[in-house]
Amino acid sequence: MRGLSWKGAILWGLLMVPAVVVANTDDMSADERAEKLAEQQKNQTQTRTEGLSGEAASIVERLATDDWQAINDVVEDLEALAAPETLPVLQALSDRRLYFDERGRVLIEDPATGEYSDALTGETAEVSPENLSQPTLTNAIRRGIRPLIGQLQLFSDDVATRRAGAEELADRPRPEMLGRLQELRAEESNPEVLRLLNIAIARLQLDASDPEERLEAVEVIAEVRSARMKSELETLMETDAQGDPVEPDAAVREAARDALEVIEARQRTARFLGDLVYGLSMGSVLLLAALGLAIIFGLMRVINMAHGELLMIGAYTTFMVQNLFAVMAPQWFSFYLLAAIPAAFVVTALVGILMERGVIRFLYARPLETLLATWGISLILMQTTRVIFGAQNVRVASPEWFSGSVQLMQGVSLSTSRVGVIAFAFFVVALVWFVMNRTRLGLEVRAVMQNREMAAALGVSANRVDMWTFGAGAGVAGLGGVALSQIVNVGPELGQNYIVDSFMVVVLGGVGNILGSVFSALGLGVFSKFLEPVAGAVLAKILLFVAIIVFIQWRPQGIFALKGRAGDDD
Amino acid sequence: MSMVDTLRELGKRDEVFPFLQQAAPSPALDTRHGPILYVEGVTKSFDGFRALDDLTLYIDDGELRCLIGPNGAGKTTLMDVLTGKTRPDTGQAWFGQRLNLLELPEHVIAQSGIGRKFQKPTVFEQLTVFENLELAMHASRGLWTSLRWRLDGEQQDRIDEVLALISLTEQAYAPAGVLSHGQKQWLEIGSLLMQNPRLLLVDEPVAGMTGQETEKTAELLTSLAGKHSVVVVEHDMDFVRSIARTVSVLHQGSVLAEGSMDEIQSDARVREVYLGE
Amino acid sequence: MLMRQPFVMRLARLHSGFGWAVVLLLAAFALVVVPLLNQFLTPDSALYIPDWLVTLTGRFLCLALVALALDLIWGYTGILSLGHGAFFALGGYVMGMHLTHNRMEAGTIPNFIQFLGRDDWPWFWVPFQSFWFTAVMVFLVPGALALVFGFFAFRSRVRGVYFAIITQALTFASMLFFYRTETGFGGNTGLTDFRELLGFSVREADTRLVLFMLSAVAVLLSYLLCRYIVTSKLGRVLVAIRDAESRVRFTGYNPLRYKLFVWTVSAMLCGLAGALYVPQTGVINPGEMAPANSIEMAVWVALGGRGTLVGALVGAGTVNGLKTWITAAYPDLWLFVLGGLFIAVTLFLPKGVMGLREQITGRSKQ
Ligand SMILES: Nc1ncnc2c1ncn2[C@@H]1O[C@H](COP(=O)(O)OP(=O)(O)O)[C@@H](O)[C@H]1O
Ligand SMILES: [Mg+2]
Repeated sequence: MRGLSWKGAILWGLLMVPAVVVANTDDMSADERAEKLAEQQKNQTQTRTEGLSGEAASIVERLATDDWQAINDVVEDLEALAAPETLPVLQALSDRRLYFDERGRVLIEDPATGEYSDALTGETAEVSPENLSQPTLTNAIRRGIRPLIGQLQLFSDDVATRRAGAEELADRPRPEMLGRLQELRAEESNPEVLRLLNIAIARLQLDASDPEERLEAVEVIAEVRSARMKSELETLMETDAQGDPVEPDAAVREAARDALEVIEARQRTARFLGDLVYGLSMGSVLLLAALGLAIIFGLMRVINMAHGELLMIGAYTTFMVQNLFAVMAPQWFSFYLLAAIPAAFVVTALVGILMERGVIRFLYARPLETLLATWGISLILMQTTRVIFGAQNVRVASPEWFSGSVQLMQGVSLSTSRVGVIAFAFFVVALVWFVMNRTRLGLEVRAVMQNREMAAALGVSANRVDMWTFGAGAGVAGLGGVALSQIVNVGPELGQNYIVDSFMVVVLGGVGNILGSVFSALGLGVFSKFLEPVAGAVLAKILLFVAIIVFIQWRPQGIFALKGRAGDDD
Repeated sequence: MSMVDTLRELGKRDEVFPFLQQAAPSPALDTRHGPILYVEGVTKSFDGFRALDDLTLYIDDGELRCLIGPNGAGKTTLMDVLTGKTRPDTGQAWFGQRLNLLELPEHVIAQSGIGRKFQKPTVFEQLTVFENLELAMHASRGLWTSLRWRLDGEQQDRIDEVLALISLTEQAYAPAGVLSHGQKQWLEIGSLLMQNPRLLLVDEPVAGMTGQETEKTAELLTSLAGKHSVVVVEHDMDFVRSIARTVSVLHQGSVLAEGSMDEIQSDARVREVYLGE
Repeated sequence: MLMRQPFVMRLARLHSGFGWAVVLLLAAFALVVVPLLNQFLTPDSALYIPDWLVTLTGRFLCLALVALALDLIWGYTGILSLGHGAFFALGGYVMGMHLTHNRMEAGTIPNFIQFLGRDDWPWFWVPFQSFWFTAVMVFLVPGALALVFGFFAFRSRVRGVYFAIITQALTFASMLFFYRTETGFGGNTGLTDFRELLGFSVREADTRLVLFMLSAVAVLLSYLLCRYIVTSKLGRVLVAIRDAESRVRFTGYNPLRYKLFVWTVSAMLCGLAGALYVPQTGVINPGEMAPANSIEMAVWVALGGRGTLVGALVGAGTVNGLKTWITAAYPDLWLFVLGGLFIAVTLFLPKGVMGLREQITGRSKQ
């Protein structure tokens, strides 16, 4: 047994060289570009007009001025005109991306490319940035622009844009828009936009002098069960300084009370569901972190303390793939995550195989020594990463399709990455299940783990199977790393935070039982999510550990006991 | 009872509370009715597979009994049940009249006088042969006594005696791990002798022994009978014939037949299931 | 039969004559020679032992004590504990609480308690004002935790790697617990800024020298205690448990009591080590409970040689000496060295440095 461990370290280093070269030669710009690309794809605003003409053009032209009063007039005119094609101009004005040059051209900056386009023609314009000035804006003007943008967005054909507009108006409607909102409501077909419009209208009608109208507003609110109107309803129920109710009409007060009840009930359900899904997603993260361990520890009884570092390597591989994409194929940037999945699997599997061949295979009969040796490996991997990438966290940007949020139901929305992690966890579990139960490799693995001698007698090379099993377990840990890179900070110590948790999942689920790990991970996630508000995050975690320790007293084999003589002591 | 009384009760110095008492077995085993071991209706299944199936067996005090049966008949499992390693699903197992084996933990069963030799020889490999015997010696198993324990001359002699008996005098100070398979078997038997149990459960004692060694083991076991009760599990038919007075045949977890070796060999069912005819 | 023998006789038989000579020589060196060289020589003398070296060695002695404790449970009984960092830190916290009392003027309380919105000491802080109470708690707190935890773990026969993992979780949970500011132990800064102990300033070189000597005495006495345990029949039962626990049970011993005994003794020794360590470093914080620390302790014992008390002492000294030197000279290299040490020791030195001779002669025979 020659010391292959240092060879392992060197090879790992070599593996990373091409990626590091890319990372270091172009370090800042690769990083920045990744950030910008993600930003641009996230931001759905149009960055240029399609050309303006007639009255719109003549009003927009007048923006080329330093005089804030003139600008105020322009905004008022645009409001009166209410032309959807001026939307990019207003957005640029609001985001401070609108410029004019010495020739009086009005220009819009594209934040992603840094290009400028002429607001009137919509064409890219050659400009020298030193000649550009920005129109002067007061905060009051800016505040006025936002509902205007919202209103104009409502005319769009694109549902997402209409929804963004309605969202703005539902929060800050302007009384003078009431009539137009009602018209739009009559034409709207998308239920979500309709709902937001209703809220905006109801909000305005609550101030109406006619009690009938106010009653109608309250009823609309009750119907859409909007939590954001809760404080308005509560105001209706209050009494003023003289002890008189704020709302003079008893019927309206009655309706408001009912509406409040409905809303609160809905909020409770929403919170419960939200917690549940959030807990499931925390559980999925745990599961992804622990699954590799469940294979290595569960099937091979190898205590791999370097498991956390395999996660870390998976996450760093994702980082490298991201940088490679940003530099070499920016047009495909948003798909880097898909490419990172196989890459992380292969890289970590290779590291795992090196570990197994170099160190672990000499220690199969001595589990406690394996624990120490793999801990040593983990220190080396961690320090290697630190030397190559530095001790700080690196930036892994989520691609656009992975960074929004998903509305599960009204009032329950989760970030896409959280939901994506749940899906990814199921994908990985299914993959592992498939490999274990439907492939020759899986068959051989199960055979060797159950009875080495017998399997060897049947011509299965146990030695080789060990190597592949360890490699596969490590690869799955790498997949976990890909998922983690999207949710937590990626740094050299990433793995350390997950090693204890991962072991708890496996021990709780029953060693050697992958399905058990699935249930224990999801269970732990949900359990701790529900425990957190009661006990606080840290205490919840401590309680969980104590609970697991106690649980293991009661059922040392875990939730799902492995049957047979495997648990025997001699 | 008032709280004060409870406290007073707790404060009594001359009383040892039940929870502090070691489950100390009665020194004199009650075997007035003949049998030293009663096994009645014991069933144990593993995942639905019945390793022991309504097994009933009695061993008389001072008897030497052989248990035979095909592989997987449940012989080892029976020993596991008797020594507390495995708890049966149903049934009874009493040691003498009073000790319910199914309720006692392993070490208490051992202290009360049941010694066991495992199928796979297990000795303390890092300890010397001498120390192996010393640990097994019949004496207090308490923590504090072991901290201050010292062998006296008589005990020293007893160990030397056993060392001679199992022919390991020369290796007395070698770690048990370096012994050959047969020597380990004997060391384990020697440890059993040191323990001086009333009932010996011996699982396949002559596996891996030469003919001569086997003979010697047979002699040893026969000589033990009378003072001790001995239950021997063995596959080696010649060996069984050489020591057995009564033989019980186990099959599929229950006793198929019982009698002298000749009776067993002429039993048609036994021939069918065991002797393969 | 239990033979009554004078305790002194039993003690005398702990070592051969030569062994005793070495032990006494080392003791004399630590307790007489070092103080003399430190106190009566001037810094320009070649044999002068500077104050910082005294303090450093004093700390190493505490860590050696931890190694001794770990060896008792791991080396002899075969139970790898990754919880000794927690016991060590608990001992340290107990002492730290007393030192914190000492640094506060009467009637005032430390900031981290004020931040909790209190204006008096919480109940669990109050008794630590007394040195003697503290001295007892140094043993009792880690001992009680070990006793309760060990009872449940050993009773349900959790062993081997499972035990190691569970003790790691215990350490991790304790670390989280102490990191919380609301727990009342100073959160992540921990307890620091100590001034005096029994009226002596803990920052004075002279006090440090006395602490060093106390640590030396603690190591000496603990060594003799461990030696007493492992050379008794109890020690042989421990080794037997390590080899074949179920066999021990079928021989009539109850492993639970034996394991619980050494486990608790081991935890208490760790507590003592922590208590002596803290006034010499001047700080105790939850970082001491990081799982990594506990695993590092294992490599001290593994390097020196499991199952030999001297090996544990040698291992702790070597690794910590190396660590002090390398982290100062080549900070980036330390983790590589430590990681390499873990791997090299497990692969090539299963019996540690102490087993090296046996390993070499054993090999050449084959
Ligand atoms: N702990 C256990 N778990 C599952 N099956 C067991 C266990 N112990 C024994 N068995 C099964 O019970 C049957 C009887 O085994 P055993 O008592 O060892 O037979 P033998 O008569 O050869 O000693 C075997 O089929 C064995 O597989
Ligand atoms: Mg058998």
